[in-house]
Amino acid sequence: MSPVAGGPVLDVRGVVKTFGENVVLRGVDLSVDEHRVVALIGGSGSGKSTLLRCASLLEQVDDGQVLLDGEDITDPQVDADAVRRRLGVVFQAYNLFPHLTVLDNVTLAPVRVHGRSRSEATDEARELLDRIGLADKAGEYPDRLSGGQQQRVAIVRALAVRPRVLLLDEITSALDPELVGEVLRLVREVATQGMTIVMATHEMGFAKQVADTVCFLDQGVVLESGPPAQVLGDPVEPRTRQFLSRIIDAGRL
Amino acid sequence: MAVRGRRRPGAELSLPAPSALELDRRAFRARRSRRSTLVALGSTLVFAVVAYLVITRSPGWPRVQSTFFSLDNARAAFPDILRGLWLNVQVLVIGGLCVVVLGLGLAVLRTLRGPAFAPLRLLATGYVDVFRGMPLIITLYLVGFGLPALRLQGVPTSPFILGTAAIVLTYSAYVAEVFRAGIESVHPSQRAAARSLGLTHRQMMRIVVLPQAVRNVTPALLNDFVALQKDVGLISVLGAIDAVRAAQIEVGQTFNFTPYVVAGLLFVLLAVPSARIADTVSARARRRQQSGSVL
Ligand SMILES: Nc1ncnc2c1ncn2[C@@H]1O[C@H](COP(=O)(O)OP(=O)(O)OP(=O)(O)O)[C@@H](O)[C@H]1O
Ligand SMILES: [Mg+2]
Repeated sequence: MSPVAGGPVLDVRGVVKTFGENVVLRGVDLSVDEHRVVALIGGSGSGKSTLLRCASLLEQVDDGQVLLDGEDITDPQVDADAVRRRLGVVFQAYNLFPHLTVLDNVTLAPVRVHGRSRSEATDEARELLDRIGLADKAGEYPDRLSGGQQQRVAIVRALAVRPRVLLLDEITSALDPELVGEVLRLVREVATQGMTIVMATHEMGFAKQVADTVCFLDQGVVLESGPPAQVLGDPVEPRTRQFLSRIIDAGRL
Repeated sequence: MAVRGRRRPGAELSLPAPSALELDRRAFRARRSRRSTLVALGSTLVFAVVAYLVITRSPGWPRVQSTFFSLDNARAAFPDILRGLWLNVQVLVIGGLCVVVLGLGLAVLRTLRGPAFAPLRLLATGYVDVFRGMPLIITLYLVGFGLPALRLQGVPTSPFILGTAAIVLTYSAYVAEVFRAGIESVHPSQRAAARSLGLTHRQMMRIVVLPQAVRNVTPALLNDFVALQKDVGLISVLGAIDAVRAAQIEVGQTFNFTPYVVAGLLFVLLAVPSARIADTVSARARRRQQSGSVL
């Protein structure tokens, strides 16, 4: 389980995923090196969330492999719980536990799954919450926070387990521009501290600023990938160009 | 598994055949599930054989067999018990329907908010407190013997109707609490979404909250339904000739307990289909709603 020196942290190889007759992923390849930030872009329904769910073992792939630190995690013999312990996931819809306070949401996994002491986990959680400006909300229940606050708590909850990779699914889709800025600042901060991140996003501006690589997902494959300046600024594929021009028309780049 | 591309004639892009790796994985999963099925089957079988041997070799077995499992007695008692069971089924169906309607009504009353509804809420709460606390057998006596003793015009005297009424009184109190738990388990955001679409409180309850509530408590409701299936046998205390009473009469004549076993088995058979139906219904609902296949 020790990281393969120099190898990618997360390596997706030819992943296929179908829902009944609907082929969502038809052979996706994606390799994410340590300390790198990869942004997945693509139209709604192009399979970004599905790919992240496959990588976090919430969906079973229909073909292909996902490797985490060189270990094939799609092998039915691996312990899926042990794999998920090394991943941090933030969902599009937050998925905070409504029956637990913010603090308990954040300390749940460190204490119950990773066996850290409660006081240590609590200190760390408070520090993280302080960093996102929510220290005074530690005792609140999630439903009493704003959307942006919930989203930031969800990110902190994922960070608290010190994951190998952080998988972020359109974490800003529900927020106003100011909150988007806040959440994005948090992600950028996490990224500069060396976290490996894969994020699905519709925020091209953000992808441009934070990502090292942008991957355009279309019709079930990664159609084009490269540095943001190239993929977003001067795409090779006509379909990428079409997608981006629609986004520019909508004023989102 | 066939080549997937061939099964999707309509799709413009077809998938290649699964890779050797994927075929290996599928084979492994199939092997693993076969193995766990076999282990489960094997251990069940071993247990059944051991239980069978222990019981049939016990010193008292011949005696027990002739008093509880006599085929002749079973055959003789069967028609009467079956006729009695028909009465139980009638009580069950009519009573069950009344219980659901009344229980749901009570639950909705109990979850009404605002001071204007305080009397209704109080009434419903009192009802639940009384009839959930009262032993069924006492409710049966009070309703079955007390009500006719008033000799009021129009009050029915049939033990069938009175017995059903008593059972409905008790069970609707239980079921109301189950429904209430279900209603309260629906996340408040659902109410917000429904009301913001312009639904009235009543529409919100009927279209959004209750369907989710019922789904959440289906297992608990089923539990109460099976309990009800057994408790319909209690109307025999009012003199109605149901399956239990029919068996009792038979036992009284022959001093052989087989008729009780027959009646018991019939009640078990009655409970099985409803359990399977509820399983199927909740499994289908889960499949339709779940977003991930793994968890
Ligand atoms: N559990 C499921 N069962 C059936 N189909 C599903 C399921 N989950 C996703 N899909 C389908 O898979 C396709 C891809 O969905 P996905 O959520 O991955 O898109 P996305 O790229 O994340 O879109 P968005 O940008 O809108 O979030 C969609 O057509 C969707 O209908
Ligand atoms: Mg998505």
